[in-house]
Amino acid sequence: MAQTKTLTPATKIDAELARRLLSQMLLIRRFEERAAEMYALGKIGGFLHLYIGEEAVGVGATSVLRPDDYVISAYREHGHCLAKGSDPRRMMAELFGRRDGLSKGKGGSMHLFDKSKNFLGGHAIVGAHLPLAAGAAFAIKYQGGDQVVLCYFGDGAVPQGEFHESMNLASLWKLPVVYVCENNRYAMGTAIHRALAQTEIWRYAETYGMAGEAVDGMDVLAVRDVVGRAVERCRREQAPTLIEARTYRFRGHSMRDPSAAVYRTKEEVEREKERDPIRLFRERCLKDGTLTEAEVRTIEKEMNDLVDEAVAFADASPEPPLEWLTAEVYKE
Amino acid sequence: MSVMTYREALNLALREEMRRDPRVFLIGEEIGLYDGAYKVTQGLLKEFGERRVVDTPICESGFTGVAVGAAMLGLRPVVEMMTFNFAILALDQIVNSAAKLYYMSGGQYNVPMVIRGPGGPAHQLAAQHSQSMEVYFYHVPGLKVVRPSTPRDAKGLLKSAIRDDNPVIFIESETLYGIKGEVPDDPEFTIPLGKAEIRREGTDVTVFAYMGMMYRALEVAEELAKEGISCEVVDPRTLRPMDNETMIGSVRKTHRAVVVEAGAGFAGMGSEISAFVTENAFDDLDAPVERVTGANAPMPYAKNLEQAKTPSKEKIMAAIRRVCGA
Ligand SMILES: Cc1ncc(C[n+]2csc(CCOP(=O)(O)OP(=O)(O)O)c2C)c(N)n1
Ligand SMILES: [Mg+2]
Repeated sequence: MAQTKTLTPATKIDAELARRLLSQMLLIRRFEERAAEMYALGKIGGFLHLYIGEEAVGVGATSVLRPDDYVISAYREHGHCLAKGSDPRRMMAELFGRRDGLSKGKGGSMHLFDKSKNFLGGHAIVGAHLPLAAGAAFAIKYQGGDQVVLCYFGDGAVPQGEFHESMNLASLWKLPVVYVCENNRYAMGTAIHRALAQTEIWRYAETYGMAGEAVDGMDVLAVRDVVGRAVERCRREQAPTLIEARTYRFRGHSMRDPSAAVYRTKEEVEREKERDPIRLFRERCLKDGTLTEAEVRTIEKEMNDLVDEAVAFADASPEPPLEWLTAEVYKE
Repeated sequence: MSVMTYREALNLALREEMRRDPRVFLIGEEIGLYDGAYKVTQGLLKEFGERRVVDTPICESGFTGVAVGAAMLGLRPVVEMMTFNFAILALDQIVNSAAKLYYMSGGQYNVPMVIRGPGGPAHQLAAQHSQSMEVYFYHVPGLKVVRPSTPRDAKGLLKSAIRDDNPVIFIESETLYGIKGEVPDDPEFTIPLGKAEIRREGTDVTVFAYMGMMYRALEVAEELAKEGISCEVVDPRTLRPMDNETMIGSVRKTHRAVVVEAGAGFAGMGSEISAFVTENAFDDLDAPVERVTGANAPMPYAKNLEQAKTPSKEKIMAAIRRVCGA
C-alpha cells in the first residue's frame, strides 16, 4: 500500500504553476520573517509559531484544492491560511490584534479564521480540530456536495485520542477528508520516537482501513502529487486518506523557544536547512529552465512588497473598540 | 528563610517531597528532558531519573488516567498540566475517576494525587489558553482546589497537596512564576489546605482575592487607605474546602465584603464566596456582598481588550466605595 514518495519528475513543469508555487512559498516565508521581527518589536504578543521550513507542505497540498474546498489547521497555520488565499494584510492585522484583522483582533496568531476562503481556522488545543475536520466532511456529505476538507496537524497530535477517534469515524463513515500530518519530528521538545510506539504515522491508516501514504514534505511537487491523488479519490469515492508529510521546522517551537534547544542539535538543524524547500524548488526551476533568474527576482520583489504592505496595513489599523470585548459571545 | 521565586519554591517542594517519599513521582508533557515548559521541574529528571520523572506524549486524558490508576495502587503521582486549559481534555478522568473512586468504592480506593500547572490569564494567549480553570473543578465533591499566590504558599501548599490522600487541583500562574519572596527552608514546613491568609489587616471591608487579583487588591487597599477606607485583604488560598474561621471571621469584623476574581463572573468563584459569606455571616453584613469579576466573555487576543477583560483597579475601588457607602 503506502510508501514514502519523493517525486522529482524529469519532465519540465508548467511555468505558470511553478510561478504560483514559488510565489506562495516565498510569501509565507517573508510574511513569517517579518512577523518574527514584529514580535521582537512587541507589535505581536502571545504565542507566535513559525512555519518556516515547512512551506512546501501547505503550498503543495492546498494547490490541488478548489476554492470551495475547506482547510482547517492547528496553531502553526499562517502558511495554510495564506495558501488558501487569505489577504496577508488582514492576517498581519490579526497578528497585531487590530480591528481589521481576520478575526477582528480577537483571535491572534493561533486563531486565524477566514470564512470567505473556507478556512475553518487555527485551533490551539492539540488534536481538537481533527474531529472538526471530520464534522465538516460530514456536513459536505450530508448536503450532497463534492468538496473536500483538508486537515493539517502535527505529529504531536497523533498520540492524542482525538486523532484515533477521527481516523476511525472518517473511515467508518466514508467522509471526504484528507488528513495531512506535518511530521516535523518534534512536538515542542519531544522527539517523535519518545512519543509514538509507531513512528511511521501513515501506517495508522492501515489500522483504520483507509488509504495512507508518506511523502517528502520538502518537495512541493511530491506533496502536490500525493495530495492531488488523495483529493481526487476523496471527491470520487468520498474516501478519506491519511498523508504523512515529512518535514522539519527550522525555528523554535514558538518565538519563546530557541531554534536548537536541548532537544535537538545545531548540527541537525543546519543539516535540515540544506533541504530548504524553497531553495530546492527555486534551484530546480532555474536548472530546468522553467523560470529565469530575472523572473525569480521579480517574484521575490513582489512578495516582499506584499508583506511590506501587510505590515503597513496592520500598523495603521486601530485597536478594536472596547465594546467588542463582550460582543459575539452569543449570536443575537 | 531564603528568598526565591515562586517557580523555585514549587521546584523545591517537588524535590523535597520526592526525596522524602519514594512513592511520589512526576508525570506530564515536557517535564523531564525539556525541564518543564515553564521550568518548574528544572533539574528533577537529573536528580531522580526517568523512573520518577516521566515525560509523556500529548495525551492528557491518557496520562491523567494512568496517574489515577497508579494512585489506586498506592503511588502518589504529581501530574503536570502544561497549562490548565489542557486539563479539560482530562476532565473525565479527574471528575469521573479521581474525584469519585473513594466514594464509589465505599472507601476502599482513595486517590492521592496532585494535578498542577499554570492557569488563568497570561500575556495575550487568547481564548483557549487563558482560562481561569478553578471554577471547573471546585464544584466537584471529592476534589480539593488550591490557588497559591506567593512563593511561600506555593511551597507550603504544594507539599501539603502531595501529602494529602485526596486528588488536589493545584493551579499556579504564568504571571507569578517570576515573583520573589521569602520561603522557609525547613523541609517539614507545610501550610495546611483549607487555611486562608490575611494579607493586610483592615477594619472597614474584607476584600477576598487570590493570585494576580490579590496583588491588585493590595494596591487598591494602599490607595484607599489614603481616603480613610481600611481594607482587610483575605486570600482564600484553598478554594475547596474554604476556611470558615478566617474568611467569615474577617467579615464579622469588617461587616462588609467584596470578592475579586479574574475569571468570568457567572457561576464563578465570586458567586460561591459571596454565597458562603451571606450564608454564614448575613446578620453581620452592613451591605450586600459585591463581586468584581472578569467580563463574561472568552479571553480576547488584542492587548487592549485583554486588559479590559480582567477587573481593573478602578473597578475594584468603585465596588469597595459602594459597599462602604463612601
Ligand atoms: C491538548 C494540548 N496539550 C498541550 C498543548 C501545548 N502544546 C502546544 S503545541 C505542542 C506541540 C505540538 O506538536 P505538533 O503537533 O508536532 O505540532 P508542531 O508544533 O510540531 O507543528 C504542545 C505540547 C496544547 N496546545 N494542547
Ligand atoms: Mg511536530
